[in-house]
Amino acid sequence: MTEQNTTAAGLIRLSAAALAEKLRAGEVTAVEATQAHLDRIATVDGGERGVNAFLHVNAEEALAVAAEVDAIRAAGGAEAEALHYLAGVPIAVKDLIVTVGQPTTAGSKILEGWHSPYDATVVERLRAAKMPILGKTNLDEFAMGSSTEHSAYGPTRNPWDLDRIPGGSGGGSAAAVAAFEAPLALGTDTGGSIRQPGAVTGTVGVKPTYGSVSRYGAIAMASSLDQIGPVTRTVLDSALLHQVIGGHDPRDSTSLPEPLADLVAAAKTGNVEGLRIGIIKELHGEGYQAGVENRFNESLELLKEAGAEIVEVSCPNFQYALGAYYLIMPSEASSNLAKFDGVRYGLRVLPEEGPMTIERVMGATRAAGFGDEVKRRIILGTYALSAGYYDAYYGSAQKVRTLVQRDFDAAFAKADVLISPTAPTTAFRLGEKLDDPLAMYLNDVATIPANLAGVPGLSLPGGLADEDGLPVGIQLLAPAREDARLYRVGAVLEALLEEKWGGPLLAQAPELATSGTLETQEAK
Amino acid sequence: MSTDTILSFEEAMEKYDPVLGFEVHVELNTKTKMFSSAPNVFGDEPNTNVNEVDLGMPGVLPVVNKTAIESSIKIGLALNCKIAETCRFARKQYFYPDTPKNFQTSQYDEPIAYDGYLDVELEDGTVFRVEIERAHMEEDAGKLTHMGGATGRIQGADFSLVDYNRAGVPLVEIVTKPIEGAGSRAPELAKAYVAAVREIVKNLGVSDAKMERGNVRCDANVSLRPHGRERFGIRSETKNVNSLRAVEHAVRYEIQRHAAVLDSGEPVIQETRHWHEDTRTTTSGRAKSDADDYRYFPEPDLVPMVASREWVEELRATLPEPPAERRKRLKADWGYSDLEFRDVVNAGVLDEIEETIAAGASASVARKWWMGEIVGRAKAADVDPGQLGVQPATIVELAQMVEAGKINNKMAAQVLDGVLAGEGTPAEIVEKRGLAVVSDDGPLLEAIDAALAAQPDVADKIRGGKVQAIGAIVGGVMKATRGQADAGRVRELILEKLGVTAQ
Amino acid sequence: MAAINRDDVAHLARLAHIEMSAQELDRMAGELAVIVDSVKSVSEAAGDDVPATSHPIPLTNVFREDVVGHTFSAKQALSGAPDSDDNRFKVPAILDEA
Repeated sequence: MTEQNTTAAGLIRLSAAALAEKLRAGEVTAVEATQAHLDRIATVDGGERGVNAFLHVNAEEALAVAAEVDAIRAAGGAEAEALHYLAGVPIAVKDLIVTVGQPTTAGSKILEGWHSPYDATVVERLRAAKMPILGKTNLDEFAMGSSTEHSAYGPTRNPWDLDRIPGGSGGGSAAAVAAFEAPLALGTDTGGSIRQPGAVTGTVGVKPTYGSVSRYGAIAMASSLDQIGPVTRTVLDSALLHQVIGGHDPRDSTSLPEPLADLVAAAKTGNVEGLRIGIIKELHGEGYQAGVENRFNESLELLKEAGAEIVEVSCPNFQYALGAYYLIMPSEASSNLAKFDGVRYGLRVLPEEGPMTIERVMGATRAAGFGDEVKRRIILGTYALSAGYYDAYYGSAQKVRTLVQRDFDAAFAKADVLISPTAPTTAFRLGEKLDDPLAMYLNDVATIPANLAGVPGLSLPGGLADEDGLPVGIQLLAPAREDARLYRVGAVLEALLEEKWGGPLLAQAPELATSGTLETQEAK
Repeated sequence: MSTDTILSFEEAMEKYDPVLGFEVHVELNTKTKMFSSAPNVFGDEPNTNVNEVDLGMPGVLPVVNKTAIESSIKIGLALNCKIAETCRFARKQYFYPDTPKNFQTSQYDEPIAYDGYLDVELEDGTVFRVEIERAHMEEDAGKLTHMGGATGRIQGADFSLVDYNRAGVPLVEIVTKPIEGAGSRAPELAKAYVAAVREIVKNLGVSDAKMERGNVRCDANVSLRPHGRERFGIRSETKNVNSLRAVEHAVRYEIQRHAAVLDSGEPVIQETRHWHEDTRTTTSGRAKSDADDYRYFPEPDLVPMVASREWVEELRATLPEPPAERRKRLKADWGYSDLEFRDVVNAGVLDEIEETIAAGASASVARKWWMGEIVGRAKAADVDPGQLGVQPATIVELAQMVEAGKINNKMAAQVLDGVLAGEGTPAEIVEKRGLAVVSDDGPLLEAIDAALAAQPDVADKIRGGKVQAIGAIVGGVMKATRGQADAGRVRELILEKLGVTAQ
Repeated sequence: MAAINRDDVAHLARLAHIEMSAQELDRMAGELAVIVDSVKSVSEAAGDDVPATSHPIPLTNVFREDVVGHTFSAKQALSGAPDSDDNRFKVPAILDEA
């Protein structure tokens, strides 16, 4: 690290781990670090051509938390000793996760202006670690989408090319981290909503093992698939954040009872020697962009050179995974979103004509409050669960889930870790697939199997595609409860790639012009 | 309101055979709700016994109350059910403002208990076996109050107010198999069945079992078929019949109504009926239609429950004696006649008598006090006998005083009134009021002489061996001493005086 | 498996309590037909002997002790309500008989 790292421009480019070290060493204060990120948000996020990663900026509270950390550190003693490693390192939170003191919209009109009276478990844990929360990030409405274009509050732009999508649903979190507006962010991943945005923005994203991180306070899309996870710029940072938010929570019945493994140690002691890494035959090749394939093959070569054994595995039932996902996810979502009815919280819209019954008010509220993609999925899910269709649709999809799990079991018998491209293409243009839901759904083809089976997945930058110069993501998958393996292998691959590039991939991203003012940000 | 024509019950019974079915909802008396840690308390300020889970806030998740599961298993065992080795919750989906998530978390195709039975005793002692199909767990809804209409009913209301305090209260729904063969005793059986379920859950301690508070709620299904036909008729489901008397009346009314419909040649409509206590009639609710597509699917936010056989046996070992068996045992132990015992049961003082005997009273003394003294006082005060506050020890003390000849029965009753009025212990009251049986024989002998002189013919009868005539003389003495004499001693002295040996 | 048509969508929209205009129903029916067609292979993928998986990581018997936790005040409970009265949530009439 050089001197310039303590300037504002340098501070925002630090990894969370590096920033934490500087805070501990007293080279920089938490208030300075937090203010630097707030300034960056003010500079690049708002306005016509802004990134639009944030739906709400939480400057006052974030600075107060930072000041508290600085005061504790200045006072020294036991309290300073007890500060969490990441204390004072700011973070952005996907606006699907509820927070006291800030609005939570889920990217939907139906929750506009709603303030949660309780904190999500992960938010409680961020607060306990005294990590300043910079604000809430944009997303596809209720996390339904792969481009963040389905947000009711306008799309987020990809910092690599402002005319392109940042992935979705967690495009806001990925773009915020890629644009150096935050060193860390939280995302949620139901079918790839952390990993796919990570891939197309050149960042790192992890979907932990189902149950590794509490879902309490994450507005549910599909309960049996949803998982909160870290969005960062380095593998180590993801491990650090995963360690903060993970572990058992008695408020989530699906939370794993056992303590987390030491993920940070795994990220620090990366090693692939003698490790069997399996290429999933069905998750590359046909349908994958040539530049994506090239970068993928390059990563395989690097891992081989580092001592890994590359094997090929086949998961024939993955061909049904996308279909099963688009039955299970809408079914559960149709049920989870029934509560948004204009009775207890959020929007209420009265019908324009006809009888003013509660049934009609609910119908008018949901018609006005939900966007097209949400409606599409609710109707699809209602269909899949309705009398006479349950067995053929939802029931069959749950069986496919068993088949996908069996494929994973067989694959993990042959390989310690599996590898694939994270997404079949690099970031597409805003609007390009907006009118073609099916084409949009295909973005998740490589990420969905992990959600169906509950296994953990990590996406890390694999370089830039030759044809468009945009980031390509490499996905690693491990058996359930073996999240540590992802960090061990991810750290090695990251180091090998950065050595090849001569630094982080994001150093190659274009400089962002000033797009807005602090005032427009605060007005959000 | 109701313009339904009905047949007389007797005529309905001549022509048709009723088939019944019951869904009884029992509210468990756990400290917290089924899926949230908010308190399960009746009657508090609206929307104060709630947290984010009960309000169905975005992001919340349910966690199952272990005590509710154990209570449900106990109910299953007490109903002679099999306990599922593994079972799950599902979501039953429908939109209604009292349902915060717009789905009810309920067991569907995997109930925790199934295939049981309950032997129900009718008033004349006939035992009727009711087969139980299942007992499953679910959560209660909030409470809607309809405003602006004249009647407080949903019809004609301008708007409604919702209180979610009750939302999420644990319920066990007990569903019978179709009950055939009750014939004209169907209404009586209906009442006796619900009473038996209520008694069981109360005895288990898993529910407060107060029907007036909605702790036990009954939906009654009734259908008729011509005598001799096997196939069931079309049924109606009368909702929320919430007193034992109403259960009996509702079943009787529905039988009469169905019979009239069938007689007219019209088909019975499968529908929900609402019970009206004021008119003792039902009115049509919503007809069941295709729109009722509940889209059940397994609750993904909850994991399956596995009831190991060890756990079930552990719970079985904690079950109290079943009420019917207990009654049989107590009747034999106490030596009451059928009639005496039935009166005790109907008066609702079984527990009290048992406690009084345990405190040292004999079975006959305990019955005499409760049935002879306390039940009447309770009736006058319009409370349950147990609520009068009579302590078993008080009765024992009074009985001992009578036995020792310190006071007589008439005085003892006065002392009881004093105890109930809070004047102190029986001993204190006897002291304070100066109550004591006159035991100095002097004044007694004077009174006896006077009584014998007043009724010389009776005195002669006694001398002649008709000792049973002595009552008239004793009565005269008691009158003269204003009840303060010990009647036993008076009898002895009279016999002595007349030179007759007691038999 | 039956194709999904406009009447189906109208019925589903009623079940889901989403009012839809005629144009919306038409558009939705077209889109859903394509999606349903693309997922139909799922129903033939697994045989009868394959069990359903509802939870990716199997857990059983996750319970909470029966201990009272936090509650809201009525004010907190109603803080986000579109309408309220007398410490309760206020909703329009349930039946249409005004």
